[in-house]
Amino acid sequence: MTQSRTAIEAVFREEHGLVVAGLARYLGDLELAEDALQDACVAALGAWTEDIPRNPAAWLTTTARRKAVDRIRRTRNLQRKYEAIAQTLANVSDETLDEDIISDDRLRLIFTCCHPSLSIDARVALTLKTVGGLTTVEIANAYLVPETTMAQRIVRAKRKIRDAGIPYRVPGDAELPDRVHGVLAVIYLIFNEGYASSSIDAVRRPELAAEAIRLATIIDQLLPNEPEVLGLLALMHFHEARGTARTDEEGNAVLLDDQDRTLWDQGHITNATTYLDRALARETPGPYQIQAAISAVHIEAATPSDTDWDQIAALYCSLRRHINSPIVQLNHAVAVSKATDASKGLVMVDAISGLDEYPYFHTARASLLKELGRTSEAIRAYEQARDTSTSDAQRRFFERRLDELR
Amino acid sequence: MKYALLIYGDEALQPAEGSPEFNEVYQGYYKFTEDITSEGVNRGGEALHNIEAATSVRVRNGEQTVTDGPFAETKEQLGGFYLIEVDDLDAAIGVAAKIPGVNTGTIEIRPLIDFG
Repeated sequence: MTQSRTAIEAVFREEHGLVVAGLARYLGDLELAEDALQDACVAALGAWTEDIPRNPAAWLTTTARRKAVDRIRRTRNLQRKYEAIAQTLANVSDETLDEDIISDDRLRLIFTCCHPSLSIDARVALTLKTVGGLTTVEIANAYLVPETTMAQRIVRAKRKIRDAGIPYRVPGDAELPDRVHGVLAVIYLIFNEGYASSSIDAVRRPELAAEAIRLATIIDQLLPNEPEVLGLLALMHFHEARGTARTDEEGNAVLLDDQDRTLWDQGHITNATTYLDRALARETPGPYQIQAAISAVHIEAATPSDTDWDQIAALYCSLRRHINSPIVQLNHAVAVSKATDASKGLVMVDAISGLDEYPYFHTARASLLKELGRTSEAIRAYEQARDTSTSDAQRRFFERRLDELR
Repeated sequence: MKYALLIYGDEALQPAEGSPEFNEVYQGYYKFTEDITSEGVNRGGEALHNIEAATSVRVRNGEQTVTDGPFAETKEQLGGFYLIEVDDLDAAIGVAAKIPGVNTGTIEIRPLIDFG
C-alpha cells in the first residue's frame, strides 16, 4: 500500500520522543541526537513509500545511529569524545528495543527537558519539541513568536544542557517529588496556554491542551500511580470536559453558572473521574488532586444551585495549605460566601492583597456587594473590573453587568 | 565536568572577625573544604577580601584607568569560590547546597570550558 507523506509524518511525531531519548543516551548530546533523527526521517520518507515498517522506532533508531556516525565522521574538528562515541556506536549490534530501556530513556529525557536550571520558556519549548515531537514551526505558531525566535530558544536550551552538564537521569528518591512537580508544572503551563490562552482574546488552542494531556499520559505510563500525575490528568480532563461550554458563538466567556451543562463532554468526565479515583486511592493529597476534586464537585452538580459549596470551601481550605496564592484565597472566599453568606465572603475578599490588577477580584467583590444591597459600591467595583481588563470580550461582559445595575 | 562555585553574599551582613558567629562560619568552611577534599572533588578555591579592597582597571585606546571598588555595584558581592570536578550539574548543585554561604547568600554554578 502506498503511504502518504502525512501518514509517515504522523509516525515521526508519535515516535520522536522515544527515539531521541534512546539516541541521546548513546550520544550524550541532544543536538546531535535530534540532527541524526532528522537525517533518519529524511531517509524514511524515501524508504517507507510502500510500507511503514512494523516497528518504526527500531527502524529510525538504527538508521539514526548510522547517520550519527556519518555526521561525526564528517565533522572536521573531531573531538576525542566524539570519536569514542562513534567507535561504540559502530560496534553496537542492532539490539532489540527493550521496553524497560525505552521507558527509562524517555523518562530521563523528560526530566532533562524540565530541569530547573533551564528557563521556563526553554523547558516548555524543549518538552514540546523533543518529548512531544512537535516541529519548531508548530511550537512557534502555538506561542505566537517568529519561527527563528523559537528555533534559537531551542538551540540555546540544548546548548545549555550540554555546556552546563545537565544530566540524563531520573532524579533520586530525595529529589523526585520536587522534580516530578516541576515536570507537571511545565505540562500544566502548556495545557493552560491551549485552554485559557493568555495571548489574545478568547482564542483556544486545543492542540496545545491535547498535547499536554498526551504528555501527562506518557508520564503516567512511565511513573505509574504517582498521585499528582493522576491528579493533573484528572484536572485537565475536567477542564476539557467544559471546553466548548466556556465560550458562546461570539467568543464571549460564559461563566460556570451560565454554562449549558448538556454541552459538557461525558467522555472527558469519565476519564477524569477514573484518574481522580486512582489518585485518591493512594491517599497522598497534593495540589493537582485537590483542584481536580474541586472540579469534580462542580461537575457532579446537575444545576448550579445543586453545588455542594461546603465541600468546595473545605477543599479550598486544604488547597491553601499547598498553594496560598491570592487567587486561591479569592476562590476560597467565593466558596465560603456561597456556603455561608455574602458578608462573610466579603470580609475574606477584602483581606486579600495583590489582586488590584486582576479583574475577577473586582467582579467577585462586585457581586458580593450587589448581594448585600450595596449597589453604588458594586458599580464602582465593576468599573474597576472593566478598567483592569485586558480583553475586549471581558470588557463587553462587564459593561453588560454595569447596565443591569444602573 | 569542572565547575566554579561562586559564592555571593551581602558583605554588610557578614559577622565581625573574631566574633563567635564568625568562628562558626569559618569552622563551617573548614569542614566543607575537608569534606569535598576527602570526596575527591575539590580542585581548589579561595576566599576574597571585601570589595573595599577591590580595584578595577580598564584600558581603552591604549589609555589605562584605575578606579577603586568592584566592577559592578550589586546587592550581593563575590566573596570567594571553589573549583570542583563532578559528573554533572545535579552533582554540582548537591555540592553547592552544602557551602555555608548558601544559607544567607547565593552560589552561582558556572561550568568551566574544556579546551582539551
